[in-house]
Formats: sequence, structure tokens, C-alpha cells
Amino acid sequence: MQAGAHDRGGLPTTEPIDRTEHELEDWELLTDALVGALGRAGVMNVDELRRGIESMPPDEYERAGYYERWLFSVEKILTEKGVLAPGELESRL
Amino acid sequence: MSFAVGERVRVSAREHRGHHRTPGYVKGRVGTVERRHGAFTNPETRAYGESGLPERELYLVRFENGHVVSADIFEHWLEPA
Repeated sequence: MQAGAHDRGGLPTTEPIDRTEHELEDWELLTDALVGALGRAGVMNVDELRRGIESMPPDEYERAGYYERWLFSVEKILTEKGVLAPGELESRL
Repeated sequence: MSFAVGERVRVSAREHRGHHRTPGYVKGRVGTVERRHGAFTNPETRAYGESGLPERELYLVRFENGHVVSADIFEHWLEPA
């Protein structure tokens, strides 16, 4: 069975793990807060968040940063639930 | 199915396309129950907006194959080995 892009534990690699720390940007802090608020409000849970992340196309998953994956998932799950209309975020940007 | 600490267990290698927490690198492997964490809601159904009930027992399972790795595995992925 082909494992998802997220299921990478134990895969051989010659790339060293990047352990450098970085300051979180404002949008990353806001994304964290948004997911926390959606959870506490009972709108979406962490398992749905993970499912949304795991549904990313593998190449997009590899390119995306940690909180970019979260945002992808929040938009997907909220659109599934009808909280967001399809394309609503793009139309507001 | 319930397991005791020290019991040998095999992780199922069945296909499961939906969200699940069993890492690919332990599927089909035999390990030893290291700890019983208790019962938790099932992420496999919670991931689709359901309640996650009934709760499932979660185990810390230790795998030794040169390296030692311990992973949290839900009871419904384990069988006696």
C-alpha cells in the first residue's frame, strides 16, 4: 500500500534534518489561534485538521510549511462543512 | 481485544485509506506492549466529524529491530503474536 506523504517515519534519506529554529510570523501565530478557537467552539477538531493536511497533493505537501498545511486544511474542512463557500477566501483577497 | 503489559502483539498491515494514526513503519511488525494508556475516542471516525465513540484502548508498543522504537497503537490495529 502506498503511504501518504505525511507517513514518512523510517523512510531512508540522505538529507540531514533541519533543526534550525525561527521566529513565528504573525500569520502563523494567528493560524494557531484560529485552529484553537475553531476547536473550542466545536466547529472542527484536530483529527479533521490532520485529515485535511493528509489530503494535500504530495508535491504541494512537500513544498508547504507547517502552518501552510494547517491553513490548507482549515479551508478544506470549513468548506466541507459549509462554513465557507467554495472560493470564498480567494474572492476576498 | 485487550492486551497486557509484556504481551507480544502484531500490528495489522491491512489497507486503510482514511485518516488513521498507525505509522506505516510498524505495520506488520511484532512488538511488546510497554504500557496501557487507557481508552480514547477514535480519531479514525472523529476525523470525519463523528463522535469517535466507542472509545478504544491505546497501547504503547515497543519494537526492537536493532533500533528501539515505541509507538502509540490503538487496540483495533493489534492482534496477538
